[in-house]
Amino acid sequence: MANPNASVQARPLAAPPGPLGLLTTSVGQKIVMAVTGLILVGFLLMHFAGNALIFMGPDAINGYSYLLHHSHGLLWIARAVLLLAVGLHIVTALKLAGKNSAARPQGYRVKRDVATSYAARTMVWSGPIVLAFLVYHLAHLTFGVTPGPYAHSEDNVYANLVQGFSIPWVAGFYIVAMMGLGNHLFHGIWSMFQSLGINHSAYNERLKRVSFGIALVITFGNISIPLAVLTGIVR
Amino acid sequence: MKLKLHIWRQPNQSAQGAFADYELGDVSEDMSFLEMLDVLNEKLSADGKDPVAFDHDCREGICGMCGMVVNGSPHGPRKSTTTCQLHMRSFKDGDELWIEPWRAQAFPVLKDLVVDRSSFDRIIQSGGYISARAGSAQDANATLIPKLDADTAFEAAACIGCGACVAACPNASAMLFVAAKVSHLGHLPQGQPERYSRVRKMVSQMDAEGFGGCTNHKECEAACPKGISISHIARLNRDLVKAQLTAAEEKAVSEGAG
Amino acid sequence: MELKSNAPAGDIQTRWERHRFEMKLVNPANKRKYNVIVVGSGLAGGSAAATLGELGYNVRCFCYQDSPRRAHSIAAQGGINAAKNYQNDGDSVYRLFYDTVKGGDFRARESNVYRLAELSVNIIDQCVAQGVPFAREYSGLLANRSFGGAQVSRTFYARGQTGQQLLLGAYQALSRQIADGKVKMYPRTEMLDVVVVNGRARGIVTRDMVSGKTEVHMADAVILATGGYGNVFYLSTNAKGCNVMASWRAHRRGALMANPCYTQIHPTCIPVSGDYQSKLTLMSESLRNDGRVWVPKRKEDVGKSAASIAEGDRDYYLERKYPSFGNLVPRDIASRNAKEVCDEGRGVGPGGLGVYLDFSDAIKRLGEAAVSERYGNLFEMYERITGDNPYKTPMRIYPAIHYTMGGLWVDYNLMSNVPGLFVLGEANFSDHGANRLGASALMQGLADGYFVIPYTLGHYLAQQKFEPVSESTAEAKDALRSADDRIKQFLSINGKRSPDSFHRELGKICWDKCGMARDAAGLKEALKRIPELREEFWKNLRVLGSGAELNQSLEQAGRVADFLEFGELMCNDALQREESCGGHFRTEHQTEEGEAKRDDDKFTYVAAWEWKGVGNAPQLHKEPLTFDYVHPSQRSYK
Repeated sequence: MANPNASVQARPLAAPPGPLGLLTTSVGQKIVMAVTGLILVGFLLMHFAGNALIFMGPDAINGYSYLLHHSHGLLWIARAVLLLAVGLHIVTALKLAGKNSAARPQGYRVKRDVATSYAARTMVWSGPIVLAFLVYHLAHLTFGVTPGPYAHSEDNVYANLVQGFSIPWVAGFYIVAMMGLGNHLFHGIWSMFQSLGINHSAYNERLKRVSFGIALVITFGNISIPLAVLTGIVR
Repeated sequence: MKLKLHIWRQPNQSAQGAFADYELGDVSEDMSFLEMLDVLNEKLSADGKDPVAFDHDCREGICGMCGMVVNGSPHGPRKSTTTCQLHMRSFKDGDELWIEPWRAQAFPVLKDLVVDRSSFDRIIQSGGYISARAGSAQDANATLIPKLDADTAFEAAACIGCGACVAACPNASAMLFVAAKVSHLGHLPQGQPERYSRVRKMVSQMDAEGFGGCTNHKECEAACPKGISISHIARLNRDLVKAQLTAAEEKAVSEGAG
Repeated sequence: MELKSNAPAGDIQTRWERHRFEMKLVNPANKRKYNVIVVGSGLAGGSAAATLGELGYNVRCFCYQDSPRRAHSIAAQGGINAAKNYQNDGDSVYRLFYDTVKGGDFRARESNVYRLAELSVNIIDQCVAQGVPFAREYSGLLANRSFGGAQVSRTFYARGQTGQQLLLGAYQALSRQIADGKVKMYPRTEMLDVVVVNGRARGIVTRDMVSGKTEVHMADAVILATGGYGNVFYLSTNAKGCNVMASWRAHRRGALMANPCYTQIHPTCIPVSGDYQSKLTLMSESLRNDGRVWVPKRKEDVGKSAASIAEGDRDYYLERKYPSFGNLVPRDIASRNAKEVCDEGRGVGPGGLGVYLDFSDAIKRLGEAAVSERYGNLFEMYERITGDNPYKTPMRIYPAIHYTMGGLWVDYNLMSNVPGLFVLGEANFSDHGANRLGASALMQGLADGYFVIPYTLGHYLAQQKFEPVSESTAEAKDALRSADDRIKQFLSINGKRSPDSFHRELGKICWDKCGMARDAAGLKEALKRIPELREEFWKNLRVLGSGAELNQSLEQAGRVADFLEFGELMCNDALQREESCGGHFRTEHQTEEGEAKRDDDKFTYVAAWEWKGVGNAPQLHKEPLTFDYVHPSQRSYK
């Protein structure tokens, strides 16, 4: 039979030292997920803060947009970092998901989950939903190439938003997609701390509250914009 | 009480398994779960049928040998209780029970409910120890260990190696098992010299054995009969990062010495 | 046969030191040329395999569990003694030695016991260095407690899981040697026989419990560390898999079995609840510190609920009979008194086999919170198993077999009378005499494995010339063939009864006739019934399946077959020992106060039995015991 020292010869060496070696381990890959996730959450917070300027009128948000577009390449650096983060996040997720499903080739007839959450179990689904939304969102409001009754303007972000979200199904799609994002963040942000090793009995409860708080702010903050347009609060 | 049992039967590692159905009457609520299976086995042998193979030994919740998934819960429905300490009063007359082995690529089924957990042994062999040669120890009280550290080390060391964490994890990850050992030894002054090489070796072995990765579901913590906390997993993550980032230097020193 | 203890003479304090110097050494470069087999991976076997591997020997280690981490040493709760005197309360090596000899009722070898006490301090150092998380004080110093009635606090502990933590320490040390390739581990492998070539132990026969393959492993020495035989009683606190097979197979190959009648009973176990009962669960003895033991005064009251029995109708029999020690009398006395009251028909619970352990006074005195602080986890375990809440109704307890002091005879070097066959831990008979003190089993297992066998094995190897013997030598082939034949026989009887049913019946005979109290008439009856049962076993056994697969009934059949022979020897030993001592209580031999009454003139010896074939009377050999330091006295707990 398989005995514990059967694989003594085949024992793997520890991962090569250094950060690249770290990336070859499953734990290192989780850390990639966490670090890229952190970057993306940071972006989401800033993105939301920028968007929230819509409530202060056209000048505020259009001025912010002007600032971004005349940032002497900073915008492109940020975009490159984000693109890299998204790419790594996806590639690593695929890798881990593959490893995880291979780890249990035969499932249970009956399995009762007690501690995990809906959000945690559906990360592999909420992820692709967010990705699909991202593609649409970029095409829609960044590049303005989506078909339909929408005229994109490079300078007037305010008008773009109002015009875009006045179409109920577009606004509806944004709202649904934000729920998906919220679901992803609900597990993702707390999980990010745990993967990075930030766990201490004295702070865990606070950390959890902060995580959920950030997820809630991003989700419902973003939802408030199409909702405001739909209900005519922003016009 | 009377029970309807669906038990995974598989003659050997390479055979295809399937559930078999059994009716069992006269189950006393004072029986342990394994005693209930003993009674079933006596009945099966009397009928000339192959008894159900299951691992068990101490039957007092400490050896870690027993373990099966009962109605979807590793070790059954009762918290902090191994299968051998689970008693039938946790069930009621007419219950239908699905009894399955631990399911993981790294725990192949040997027969019925018996799985091969030697992957756990190989993980410990890869570095889950302190190299202390017999005879060379200093006086036990020469190094003071703060009570909190000793207690935390103990809580991690309470792991019985049963594999319920792997069985419970949606990814069949062994992180709680590995983290418990890394954290036990890493909390003690004696464990410091090998602390960072240990975590690197153990994680590599864990990955090589085909366990899944941790996605922070916390199912392991909930299923652990010894209540080991996932805070040890966070600690492993920290230790591994530090180990990887500082390992190069270690290597250079040993090469220089060689 | 003359039994030479090979214990050095002279001043007891320097015996081991001198012996260590006088023993021969194996050249470091030559160690790798020697092959050593270790059977068992508990505290004794695991520590021995790890230490011998570390020294450079080629070690193969075998265990029946799926991992060496699961050996039953893991279940020891209380702690481990060591004469560190960290508490400055008067302890010393000499005091531990003295207490152990006295506790063993003057039936142990003084030299061995002194060595054990001496090595106890090294064990704690070694375990702490390995990372065993012993309990500590806020200062960071190691904590101690007084255990099992000892007058000094010399017990080191890791909550209620000391055995587990010590075993994991040994297991981790063993794992390191496995990784280094110095030890090859064979889990899920059972030993079926010893191979003796030219009078020396040179190998074993094993069965892979997954594939069913039987094979021979040859070596230069064989070490058995296979635990005790408590499961001859069927119900005991031992693990289900604990068995006497390795020791018994060695006995059948010529090794003498010593003092098998010395068995220890633990008074605070959870009573049997029904016929399906498969094992008994021990609860820490510390419960007796605050719990009061009682039964109803009148037989008629046993069916009533505890609460409905008035204070005046309760018999706190330990407090009544032993006013100065009360509920804290030693294990054997507490156990025997429980049996007595149950025999009188005053036992409570199913089958009338239980006595109350009542915490209501303690709860009144200390409050529920304080009681829960001290015993919360035990109360919880009790409730999990019985469904009763000990805060509301008294616990029910009953004694159970817990440890066996007897075992294979060994000399001071832990070698049996078969050269090259060493026996460590609970499997040997050596250090505890007729009764083992609490927290001393862990100490002995680790002393043998870490600190004795590394020296004495080298001494044996260095003295011999080893002609190479192969697996195909006649003796090895014979042993393999007879093991295979036995398996075939189990499978071919095709009778009606399961191995378990025979085991239960044997257990009941042994418990009734050779349990807590024994008498000649009962033992004679057992000696008549055991051979009858054995005969039926070989005619009416039913084992399904084949030998070439994982077959738990087949494994059990082999174990029960050996228990059926061993049980007879145990009763023979109990019958010949016409005295009471330690765990061996002959009702014919008691003081007026009901205490064990030794007969030092006639029985100050080790009874070592030689196998003479199935059904033949075994031959008794005696190793006389001398007490130069601790002089025999009668104990009294009044």
